[in-house]
Amino acid sequence: MALLKSLKARKSDLSKPENQLAFLNNGIFKEGKLPLFKDKIAETGNFPLKPRKLEILQLNLGYMCNQVCSHCHVDAGPDRKEIMSRETMLQCLDVIRHTKAHTLDLTGGAPEMNPNFRWFVEEASKAGIKDFIVRSNLTIILANKKYHDLPEFFKKYNVHVASSLPFYKREKTDKQRGKGVFNKSIKVLQMLNEVGYAQEGSGLKLDLVYNPAGAFLPANQGGLERDFKKALKEDFNIEFNSLFAITNLPISRFLEYLIASENYEDYMYALVDAYNPAAVQNVMCTNTISVSWDGWLYDCDFNQMLELKVNSKVKHISEYNETLLNNRQIRISQHCYGCTAGAGSSCQGTLD
Amino acid sequence: MSKTYYNSEDLRKFGEITEWSEELGNKFFDYYGKVFEEGALSAREKSLIALAVSHVVKCPYCIDAYTKDGLQRGITKEEMMEAIHAGAAIESGATLVHGVQMMNKYKKLSM
Ligand code: SF4
Ligand code: SF4
Repeated sequence: MALLKSLKARKSDLSKPENQLAFLNNGIFKEGKLPLFKDKIAETGNFPLKPRKLEILQLNLGYMCNQVCSHCHVDAGPDRKEIMSRETMLQCLDVIRHTKAHTLDLTGGAPEMNPNFRWFVEEASKAGIKDFIVRSNLTIILANKKYHDLPEFFKKYNVHVASSLPFYKREKTDKQRGKGVFNKSIKVLQMLNEVGYAQEGSGLKLDLVYNPAGAFLPANQGGLERDFKKALKEDFNIEFNSLFAITNLPISRFLEYLIASENYEDYMYALVDAYNPAAVQNVMCTNTISVSWDGWLYDCDFNQMLELKVNSKVKHISEYNETLLNNRQIRISQHCYGCTAGAGSSCQGTLD
Repeated sequence: MSKTYYNSEDLRKFGEITEWSEELGNKFFDYYGKVFEEGALSAREKSLIALAVSHVVKCPYCIDAYTKDGLQRGITKEEMMEAIHAGAAIESGATLVHGVQMMNKYKKLSM
């Protein structure tokens, strides 16, 4: 079910990262029924987990969102006021100009809701980054007149749009993300197609991101992509480039859901069961740095939500140093099993 | 605590049957795994067949497992329910077709 308020606004115990981490360390893991993630990756010599080459700089422009999806690992919503300031953006721009990363990835909440979003995209696009991704929840584009021209704006700056759509049918999408979300998402996908997204020869990329709507893991990404392509084309004449299947990590609102629906243990067993040692070397944190709205540095967006700052002398964008950061050890806990299940997944989808 | 014959946590222990008969257990799980791979039938189609059979043999473990498997594969609840009806129809047909045996016997015994 889609929710009305964030954990934070509801003053839920789980809104505190330390409580989530305590939960993930206790129970079945403390009792030894399931192995700790650190012991699991040690079996194949991957502990401590270290970064490889930095490829992606992911900036979280704020936790504000027009939706309150029940699975959201950000605990985003209209009631969240954390937003990246122009000052922090200037510090980010400085880093973007010098980074060796080839991909810039803007996320949120709904990044478009940041009042400096357009200015920032314009500035960042001048830095010559190869792949410039904006993660859009789609519905934001219809949420207010001032966002209606975003497809044109994205096109102008050759932004690569990655948008979430949990299913190609209405019912499941609306259950997870809220009533009406499906119809709006379809409309916006059509608008993106109209300006050229995912059309042959346009060079404008539109990817879909799929999260399971419940306590189960995503199936094979290729099969899902085929099903989505067929259904969206036949039913709505929509085209997109690739589908990325992402496993929901047991943190934040998804953790709340797992506990409340009494699926937590089964879900953790399923994740551990699906553990794939080959996926460990390619988890997102090995090629990404995640920056929070207030400029702190994290191994990934999930660690950001758990407030696990990078284990490095350099912890803030204002003192950014890529060489030092690349020598860090990645901070892990049991939520990391979500990144190594099956083919493995990250914000980039299944790892090849 | 109430005692039941079926305990959902036991499904996780299914693999343990190999401990008491390694060769046969392994052979079974290899076979099982192979059956559900993509083949002339898609893994998706086989998942629906498995769901229908789970109901016919009334195995609560299999029902849990293949409902979840179906969700993972994006199988809709309408497809799942139709698959169960296909199983149920065969099951009731199998009962009713024995009615012919009853009719044959009835006729033979009657003057
Ligand atoms: S649209 Fe994305 S950021 Fe917003 S609530 Fe849903 S999952 Fe969270
Ligand atoms: S949750 Fe973050 S730190 Fe853990 S494995 Fe995934 S990407 Fe790495």
